[in-house]
Amino acid sequence: MEILNLKGTEDTPSILLDKKNGIFEISGRSLPEDSAEFYRPVLDWIGSYAADPNPATEFTLKLEYFNTASSKLILDVLSALEEIKGMKILWYFHDDDEDMEEAGQEFSELVEIPFEFKTY
Amino acid sequence: MNFIYDLHRTMMAEKLILVYEGDFTQESTKSILSMAERNLDSAGESSGTKRKVFNVMVEALQNIVKHSSEQGLQAGSLISRSAIFMISKDDLRYCVMTGNPIPKSRVAKLTNNLTELNNKDKEGLKEMYKEIIKNTQISEKGGAGLGFVDMARKSGEKLGFSFAEMDSEHDFFCLKVTISREKE
Repeated sequence: MEILNLKGTEDTPSILLDKKNGIFEISGRSLPEDSAEFYRPVLDWIGSYAADPNPATEFTLKLEYFNTASSKLILDVLSALEEIKGMKILWYFHDDDEDMEEAGQEFSELVEIPFEFKTY
Repeated sequence: MNFIYDLHRTMMAEKLILVYEGDFTQESTKSILSMAERNLDSAGESSGTKRKVFNVMVEALQNIVKHSSEQGLQAGSLISRSAIFMISKDDLRYCVMTGNPIPKSRVAKLTNNLTELNNKDKEGLKEMYKEIIKNTQISEKGGAGLGFVDMARKSGEKLGFSFAEMDSEHDFFCLKVTISREKE
């Protein structure tokens, strides 16, 4: 399966989705002008991955900041991941960033996937 | 050219640290954000305050970007795409303030929405956020309908708002979001 690798910019996050090496990560800042357009390839990739996933997947979300339009798309990403067996979310937040910790907790209440919280 | 001095004095009196007036696009949003970020960094602001101010700025700016595209049809008339964005800072707080033209037809609904937000406590805003994010679709303009709720949550205080008459069809919508400065 092809690797999805997008380099982060000042308003979009880095994305690395690599089935073979078991790396699944979205990190950085997310405030694109068109969040739906930006996350479409991610959702497409997850759709293909869901057809033949690894036995276990640890999906890392390590966001420094995201805007509200991105938060809707992150929920869409999580909802797509929810369909995959053996899924686990690693939610990273900066150790003094209570808002990002709370955002992770809220997402964890909206989908049926185990979340592990980690600080950096 | 007295207006230059007058404007300068107004900015000093209102403790404005950044004012931007003109067209709002994603590009100008990014420039304003990086200018404001440098300002917050050089002021040695706590990371919590910095993040909250940044967060509110993004939502406020992107709100204007979305609504300017609506107004763009009337470019050249009094109702142009022009809007204003400013930040003030005193010992206790930052205020992120915006002003932009909106059709009068939207005033009543906006007033209701903002009043509803202002009547909610922290827990109520959280529930509202979760309810909207579950059910919303991203609009054609790219909004999730979460901007004001998010600003209210990050602020922790009431959103200030008013409408000034522009012409028979438009009001100028003024918004003020306050963020307390955390003491280290």
